[in-house]
Formats: sequence, structure tokens, C-alpha cells
Amino acid sequence: MNPRLSHPALMLLGLALLLCLGRFALPEALIRLPEPLILPFADWINAVFAFLRDDLGLMAVTRAFSGAVEFCLDVTANLLYGKSRWPRLGPIPWVVIAATMGMAGYALAGWRLALLSAGTFVWIAVMGQWKWAMETLSVIMVAAPFSVALGLSAGTLAWRFRGVERVMNPILNIAQSLPHFAYMIPVVVFIGVGPKAGAIVTIIFSVPPMIRMTLLGLRAVPPEIIESGKMSGTTKWQLMRSVRIPAARTELLIGINQVIMQSLAMVVLASFIGMPGLGQKLLNLLQSLKIGLSVEIGITIVLLAVVLDRLSKAWAMKQPAHLEPGATWAARNRLLLIWLGLCAAGFALAAAHPYFAGVERKQALSLAVPIDAGVDGFIRLVTPLTDWLRWFLITWVLIPLRDGFLWLPFSAVLAFIAALGWLVGGVRSALICLAFILPIALSGWWDRAMITVYTVTVAVTIALLIGLPLGLWAAARPNRARRFLLLCDTLQTFPSFIYLIPVVMLFGVNDVAVVAAVMVFATVPILRFTIEGLCGVPPETIEAAEMSGAGRAQLLWHVKLPLALPTLMIGANQSIMFALFMVIIAAFIGTQDLGQEMQRALSSTDVGKGLVLGLAVAFMGLMADHLLTGWAARRRKAAG
Amino acid sequence: MGQNDNVISCKNVWKVFGDHPERLTGHLKPETTSEELRATGHVAAVRNVSLDIARGEMLVVMGLSGSGKSTLIRCLARLIDITDGAITVEGRDLGTMTETELIDLRRRKMGMVFQSFGLLPHRTALENVAFPLEMRGQDRISRIARASEMLNLVGLGGREGYFPRELSGGQQQRVGIARSLAVEPDIWFLDEPFSALDPLIRREMQDEFLRLKGMLAKTIVFITHDFDEALRLADRIAIMKDGAIEQIDTPERIVMAPATPYVAKFTSAVDRARVVHAGALALAVEGRAIDGPALPAIETLHALARRILQDDRALIPVAGRDGVVTGLIDRAAALDLLLGPAA
Ligand SMILES: Nc1ncnc2c1ncn2[C@@H]1O[C@H](COP(=O)(O)OP(=O)(O)O)[C@@H](O)[C@H]1O
Ligand SMILES: [Mg+2]
Repeated sequence: MNPRLSHPALMLLGLALLLCLGRFALPEALIRLPEPLILPFADWINAVFAFLRDDLGLMAVTRAFSGAVEFCLDVTANLLYGKSRWPRLGPIPWVVIAATMGMAGYALAGWRLALLSAGTFVWIAVMGQWKWAMETLSVIMVAAPFSVALGLSAGTLAWRFRGVERVMNPILNIAQSLPHFAYMIPVVVFIGVGPKAGAIVTIIFSVPPMIRMTLLGLRAVPPEIIESGKMSGTTKWQLMRSVRIPAARTELLIGINQVIMQSLAMVVLASFIGMPGLGQKLLNLLQSLKIGLSVEIGITIVLLAVVLDRLSKAWAMKQPAHLEPGATWAARNRLLLIWLGLCAAGFALAAAHPYFAGVERKQALSLAVPIDAGVDGFIRLVTPLTDWLRWFLITWVLIPLRDGFLWLPFSAVLAFIAALGWLVGGVRSALICLAFILPIALSGWWDRAMITVYTVTVAVTIALLIGLPLGLWAAARPNRARRFLLLCDTLQTFPSFIYLIPVVMLFGVNDVAVVAAVMVFATVPILRFTIEGLCGVPPETIEAAEMSGAGRAQLLWHVKLPLALPTLMIGANQSIMFALFMVIIAAFIGTQDLGQEMQRALSSTDVGKGLVLGLAVAFMGLMADHLLTGWAARRRKAAG
Repeated sequence: MGQNDNVISCKNVWKVFGDHPERLTGHLKPETTSEELRATGHVAAVRNVSLDIARGEMLVVMGLSGSGKSTLIRCLARLIDITDGAITVEGRDLGTMTETELIDLRRRKMGMVFQSFGLLPHRTALENVAFPLEMRGQDRISRIARASEMLNLVGLGGREGYFPRELSGGQQQRVGIARSLAVEPDIWFLDEPFSALDPLIRREMQDEFLRLKGMLAKTIVFITHDFDEALRLADRIAIMKDGAIEQIDTPERIVMAPATPYVAKFTSAVDRARVVHAGALALAVEGRAIDGPALPAIETLHALARRILQDDRALIPVAGRDGVVTGLIDRAAALDLLLGPAA
């Protein structure tokens, strides 16, 4: 590193150290920002919102939009679980839906997905969770198309007009680092609580990835395809509709996949604002510590997540294939005919026996009792360990660390952050980092933010300690690596809420459980990117090192790890993002950080406070992102 | 074919890429150097190109990669706007055409074959070929009939329902050719259409191309960097270097009378005997005795090699198509060309 460049950074580091060491002599104003300097961001935001709502008549617009959403919700609710609304056709018997989903799996990816998909819906029905699952799905079925349409239009605008893109980009960056709850509060203000609000928050939350994938897809269309379209004499509109959009098909479908997965994650969390369905059930059961029943619901959510993910990914990856010339109509529409046949059989079955139309509560199977017994046995076995671990962690690690973070003068933290920024990207990065961190100090939520930082730091550190060695071990064999990557893929599709079940089961409701949940959630990306980084080292490089006589350990330390480092940094970056999201979600099992305040803001529908807290979380994430990606980019450039 | 019957003509055409090419419009002179342009952050991909292409002519554009061939052809189709100069197509200024006129021109007059095919991945071969017809609003039945006819023409009958990714490179290229022919264009642009093919298929495609060319009288601009290909196909060859045309002439003259050292170097590896016709080598009779059988003027020396070797006359007469003797070949000079100069 250029010594002259690092000089100011070193000075800043020294300053931070000095501020810490000399804390006892510091004036109060350098330890915590004095009260008069704290800016009432929340009041300002509230004023803006009040203006939007009352004076600008935005209420009317949102009413109209939510009216449209509500109409669609009623239709899907009627079809899926028989809510008595137009078109009054439902509920569709569960066997028919299971057969349809199985058929979709078969059409998109063959037998295995068909079995998984149909099996999931049979499980849901047989376990007596049909209504809850359908409540959840009916919202996704409405929210996802809305998000896709919005994302497609916004993405197209951004692609067409550079100005729009320039404005949209930072907004998307912030939007994608805002925790889920920050979206809920404004929606509650405008719409209230309930399924409609749940659907709308889901729509808003899942638009950003669609915008990004649309932009990416439209950009990635090979120029020769566009030119050949133009030479075919297309007008601008024909070119868009018949060439650009179909040629961007894969990216757009991946966007749809992301929309669906985001919708599922949000819909489950929307239980906090009165959204009925699987999420609400899980929330209630977890709060009353009914582990067996929560596990049942958890399995359903996980199965649904995996099925929806596999189906939509299979759709994105499916390539068209030709039919034999001269095929008959029946041969060309074979799948359609089979599906119609299955549906007819399903309706007949439902008419013949009510069990196949809907499973009554008392007919439902339950695994809760054996699960509870098993879990109880297991807990009794590990209690000495978990109790000790809990005691040890709380007394010797968590509390001292938390106090330490709270003890730090804010001026020292600012100097430290600026030093890191300077190290990574000179004065520009130092200023960017300060721009992210200073508003948090100015907002007056410094202490809460430090608790969030402390939880994330502890959790990500443990995640690194677990994820790195595990990743090293997994990457040693190609087969093992593949299996682990598949596992990570699957774990990442789970809605974050699910991760709370095992930790509540093991640790109860306290700080350790929060850290554990965050830690588990944050380990997945580290594991994944460690494996990808190590497996991505070019084989020629390894062979060259082997030829020069490097041993296994040398190979790892001097060749593989340095080359994998940039990828690893992406993993660490994602891990921090995930941790921040999880910390906020985990708030309801008891923390004293920003998350808890956000829950309070949610229950008192305080938009200003909610958004300020959300932005504080987003800014921390963006700052970490800026530092880590900047650093990885430097490393990559240095590596050539 | 009248001398003034030009389908395409370019006057001092420039295409400059870079930071602000629009600022250079009107300021580009023939003597503007690359260094001057580079100093302002620009590269000239096409520099000061003037050429005329006659109706029914086949012009082959050659040059190393990066010499601006593709850019030139894209300018001719106005897929990109030129920085300076003027291009007229059938007497109309391409630069001043409106969007609608341009679309109309492409729908009725132009076809283009792309180096990497540019097929629409989500459409079958048949639908790809029918695409230009669909865009101009032709009804379904007639466009499918036309598209199948075109696919049969390029030897892909039976593959109508295949998707591009299910076809080999050569087959995809033939779909591209069929598509470009579907609207019966008068002007046909081909950008290295055979470069992605292995030699065997390439030869096959060239034969097919010559067959098509014989069947359909079109004005053709064909890019290649394979000299043998150019010699087989071209009426005239244009050699490009750094965006400028070094020489534009018949294959024979390019080889025998290179205008610049660069052209000479470019063609140095070419077997002259395959290019030069007996007629071109002939000296004037000037009252010298003519007896015995004459060689046909339109054949290349290569084709006549055996006859020249076995003939022991020092001067061999050459006759045109009508059998009238037009000149005499110096046998020693012909042998030099065929076998290399005597040591
Ligand atoms: N879109 C573009 N932007 C900037 N430079 C370009 C662009 N297209 C082509 N060029 C430059 O113009 C020159 C000519 O390119 P091209 O016409 O593709 O050459 P050829 O087809 O003869 O290989 C090259 O130096 C290339 O880098
Ligand atoms: Mg080219």
C-alpha cells in the first residue's frame, strides 16, 4: 500500500485509540452527541407523510390501488380456501391443487420435481394446515404478478432513460438493505393492518429484484440479435415486444423466481401486521413455545419455499425443444390433456369422499406429540451443555462485549470508521462511510444502533469461525463441495423466520437465542462463498504451484486462500447483510436494539421513527458493503 | 448494366467512436490522422471511405480484424449513424431518411446475414425465417409458406420446428441466410457468414452461396478475411486497413497491380496462377505469327497449367469467347507465374 495514502488513515486510527484511552478526560459531547444536536428526523418524515396523505391526496391513490389488490385477493381467497366472495366457485378440492402442482413440476423438470411438488401439497392437506397455507399462497399469487408487472415497467424505464436509472439505483440500494419491518410501518399507516396490507407490503418488498433483473436482462441481449431484429424491419415497439423481451427471457424469469421467494419471506413476516396464514400460526406457536406444532408449520414453510424455488428456477432454465414434425394435436398437447384428466379425477374423488375435498381438523395427522417428546428428550440431554453455554456466553462474552460497545465514545467510532474508509478507498471512501454513520449519531439512536452492531459483530464472527473451516473442509472434494453448495442453496431459500424455531427450542427466549439465530443465518453465505471461492481457483494455477513443489498447506495458504479472498469477501458482505436483517426479525424474542424499537414503532404506527430506524440499519449495511466490496475490488486489481 | 446505375454509393464516409463523435461532424478531413483523433479520445473505425456499388455487383470487403469491415457494413444498413460524409441507397440519402422510411427500406430492399447469426433463441427455425415477414404484417399462411420455401432452398427442409440451440453452427447460419432472403431483398449484406464454420462445411456453404447468387440477381456486399473465399466469389474486392479503403478493384488487379505496399503484402501469399486469367497476361499481337490452337482468355493460368507446360511455343496465342485471337502469352512468363521464377 502506498505509504503516503495510508498516512491519514493511520492518524485517524491513532485518533480513535486516543479518544478511547482518554475517555475519562473527554468532554461529554465527544462521548455521546449532545441532545441539542440531535435532529428530529422522525418528525420531518412524519410531516412529509402527513403532507402526502392529507394534502396531496395520496390516500386516494393508495385506496384505488389497494382496492384493485383487494379484489384480486378475494378471487384467489375464494378459489383456494372458499372465502365467500366473487366468483364463489371455490374452494377447489386439495387433491386437484396437489395434482396441478405435481403436473407443473412434471412439465418443468420431470418426475422428481413432480413428486416433491405434489407431495408437499399432500403433506399440507393431510397435516390439516390447508387453510393457513392457502391463505399464505393466495397472497403470493396476487402479490407476485403485481410485483413482476411493476418491476418490469420500472426496469424498462430505467433501461430506456439513463436519468431514471441514475435516480433509481441509489433508491434500490437502500431499499434492498432496508429491513422488512421498515416496509411495514408506512403501509400500516396508509392501508391499516390485515391481508390487504400484507399483500401490499409484499408487493413493494419484492419489486426491487425484478427491476434489477429486467435492467440486467435487457442490457444483456446480444447486439447482433437486436440488429437482426432491426434488419427485419421492426418498429421500436415490435423490437421491444418480439425481440428484446423474449431474448431476455432467462433473466426475467430469474427475476420472477426472486420475486416469489421475496414474497414468501415477506408474507410470513407480515403476520406482524395481521396477515393470517402460516406466518401468523408460527408466530403464535413460537410465542407460546409450542415447539412440536411450530416444527410442523416450519416444515410446511420450508417445503413450500423449496417447491416454489425449484419450480420457478426450472421454468427459467427450461429451454424450448422441437416437436417431431407431423405430430397430432393430442401429441402436441399431451401435458394439457394429462392435467385435465387428473383434475377431472380429482374433482370426482372429492365428490365421492369429503376427505379429498378438505381435511377436517379432527382428521388431520399431527407429529406434534412425537416431535415434542423427541425434542424434550433431546433438550434434557443437552440442557446441561446449553445452560452452561448460555451462562458462559451471557456473562463472559455477550454482556462484556455489549458494555464495551456501549462504552465507546461515538467520536472514536467515527474516527475508526473514517480510518477504515480511508484505508480502502482514500478520502472519498472515508467521507462516504462518514455520510452513512453520521446520520445514525444525529438521529439519537446511537445506543440502540451500537447494540445492533454488537449483535451482528458477535454473530458474524462466530459465523466466520464456523463457516470458514467448514467451507475449507467441504471444498476439499468436488463431490462434497457440490453437496454443500446444494445445501446452502436450499437453506437460502428458507424464509428467515424459520431459523428462529431451532434456536428458540434450544435456548429459549433471550440474547443467546438471538445471536444463535443470526449466527446460523449468517453462516450460510460464508460457507457458500468459501466453497465457491476455493473451487473457483483456476486449476492451471494450482498445477503450476504443485509443479513448483508446494505442499498441501502451502498450497492452501499461499495460493488458494489469497485467490479466493475476493469471493470470500462477498460472502462476508452478504453475511453481514443477512445478519442485519435477522437481528431485526429476531427482535420479537427479546433484544434491546434497533429491532425492538422498530417493533414498537410498528405497534404504534409511527412512520417517522420506523423509517429512521430502518434507514439506520440500511446505512450500516451499505457502509459494510462499501468497505468490503471496495476492499475486494482493490485485492482483485492487485491480483491482476 | 449502365455505368451510373449505382445501388449504393458512399462519399467520404467517416464513422468515429469515442467520447463525443458528434462534435467531429464536419471537421473531419482526409488528412486527419489517428493520432489527432486519439488525442481527443476518439477512434475512426471507418475513415473517408468513398465507393460505388453497381446493381448486381458482388463486392467483397477484406481486411484484418478490427479494420472496420463490420462497421462499414453497419453504416450501409444504417444500423449505426455515420459521423461524416453521405451514403445514398438507390439514389436516396440514407442519413436523412425518417424512421418509417428506414423501416420500409429494410422491410422491402435489404437483407443481412450476421457473423454470429443473430437468431432469435425463442423461435423455431421456421419462425425465425418468417420473422421479417411477420414484422411487415404478412398473413400467417403466406409467410409460413414462404419461410418453408426459403428453408428448403438452404437445405434445411425437415428442420422447421427446431430451435436455434438444437441446430449446428452451419445450420444456424443457413437459417440466418434463409431469413435474410425471405423478403427478397435487392441488397444483400453478409458479414463473415462462413467464418464460424469448419473448412469442409465452409466449402459446401460457398458452393451453395454461388448457386444462390447465380439464381438470384442481387447486389451483394460480402465481408470475409479469407482470400480464397474472396477470389471464388468477388466481382470486385475492397481492401481495408485501419478504417480506410486501400484499394478497390478486380481480384486480378488487386493481385497483379497492388496500389499500396500494404495491399502487396496482404496478397503476397496468394497463388497468382489461380487469379490471373490468360487474357490478362496476353501481349498485343503486333504482327507476330499466330498458328496452332489458342488458349481461352477467360481461364486462369492454373486451369491451363498442363496445356502451357506441354506447349513448346515461346508465344502461345490467346482467344476470346468468340474464338478470335486477342493476344499472345509469353510462355516463359506464364511458367514463372505457375512455378515461381527460375533459379
Ligand atoms: N461500438 C463500438 N464502440 C467503440 N469502438 C468500436 C465499436 N465498434 C467497433 N469499434 C472499433 O472499430 C474498429 C473496427 O471494428 P470492426 O468494424 O468490428 O472491425 P472488423 O469487422 O473489420 O473486424 C475496431 O477498432 C473496434 O474496436
Ligand atoms: Mg467484424
